[in-house]
Amino acid sequence: MAQSAAASQVLVKTGDEMSLDTELSRLLQILQVHEEDLLSRWTEAVSRQLRGRAVQLEVRRELTEIWNALRAGVAMGTTDAQSPAFDELRSLLAELSRTRARHGFSPRETAIGVLALKDSAQNVLDPAGDGSGLAELYREFLALGRLVDELEMFTFETFAEARERVIADQAEQLLELATPVVKLWDGIVALPLVGTLDSARTQVVMESLLQTLVDTGSAHAIIDITGVPAVDTQVAQHLLKTVVAARLMGAECIVSGIRPQIAQTMVALGIEFGDIATKATLADALALALSQTGTDIVRRAPRRRPRDS
Amino acid sequence: MAELSVLGTDEVPIHTDADVVRVRQLVRAAAVAAKLSLVDQTKIVTAASELARNTLIYGGGGQAVVETVNDGRRRGIRALFRDEGPGIADVDLALTDGYTTGGGLGLGLSGARRLCDEFELDSAVGAGTCIQVTKWTR
Repeated sequence: MAQSAAASQVLVKTGDEMSLDTELSRLLQILQVHEEDLLSRWTEAVSRQLRGRAVQLEVRRELTEIWNALRAGVAMGTTDAQSPAFDELRSLLAELSRTRARHGFSPRETAIGVLALKDSAQNVLDPAGDGSGLAELYREFLALGRLVDELEMFTFETFAEARERVIADQAEQLLELATPVVKLWDGIVALPLVGTLDSARTQVVMESLLQTLVDTGSAHAIIDITGVPAVDTQVAQHLLKTVVAARLMGAECIVSGIRPQIAQTMVALGIEFGDIATKATLADALALALSQTGTDIVRRAPRRRPRDS
Repeated sequence: MAELSVLGTDEVPIHTDADVVRVRQLVRAAAVAAKLSLVDQTKIVTAASELARNTLIYGGGGQAVVETVNDGRRRGIRALFRDEGPGIADVDLALTDGYTTGGGLGLGLSGARRLCDEFELDSAVGAGTCIQVTKWTR
């Protein structure tokens, strides 16, 4: 290993790139003779890594496409993975790693796709495994290794990008999902909060609440924190800010969903909600808001047609 | 006092808001496993949340160590928060309700002390801060 690394450095220094091109293309021609054997071994190696999470036939089809694109690129006389000759190959690999990323494959399971080509090629040309079959092909393998490494790097970058996009999308979806403002009654809206209330979410929550207050012409808002597991000083401060902002717009807020353990914790922390109305349940808060709007809900008397309110 | 035995240890680095959430979840899981009452679970989780955020905001990041301990009679959750930030110049002032050098309510540190059974604060200006809290089962 150390010897080959040193050798490759020497090659880079002496600018011996051009001759490696021809050697790679010669290697691919030799491999082309054993194409069937190579693809079988390659498919086998990749499938083993994926442990049945991808259909073998499908894997073989992908690898055949990669193999053909690789040969087409090399036939254009270059080993530079960034060159236009490998455009098709790169787009194939990008597509593959994006799909893998979206389906939750690990980096290793994605990387094996290209990486396994080196081992498979070696096994094809050196079935005995003692290096005798490779003795004449040292420089050829060096060229192949270099190209595969480059492509590997490219695959991994695409994979990481795709994963980050998935995460960013999910974070955005969560932000939206978690802040529905619902109309409970004429003039009464509710904001059921679920999960953690950090600064970014508070901003979204506050914006959507204030906007809904305007859109629906509501004067009462109920902020329900049943789904907030812990109310610390930051959450409390965010809640207070939201209530004050709503007040500035002329709306009165009620905070509901304060369970016994939350109440005790808030007392110990020393958080005071001042003159903000708080209730244990959303039902209590709705009842309070209804009485504030002057609405009475009357239970219908038995056996008489009620008048709809 | 009986020998204190540690039943389980978890370490979490604190460098982002997401880490604060992780600390909270870890403490909650440990508190549930140690069979703390729902009120005590909520209290230790809230205290951990305050202290982890202090580590992040004022200490510039650090780490949390969450342990399940047993003193021979009862189980407890012990959480340690360590940073190498600027340290606390006046501990008494920092523990005063309503005092803050950030934009918060000024209740985090003092509140966390009230939420736990044991509270140890060790801080040196320029060297960092180390806070350890413990909550016991009743």
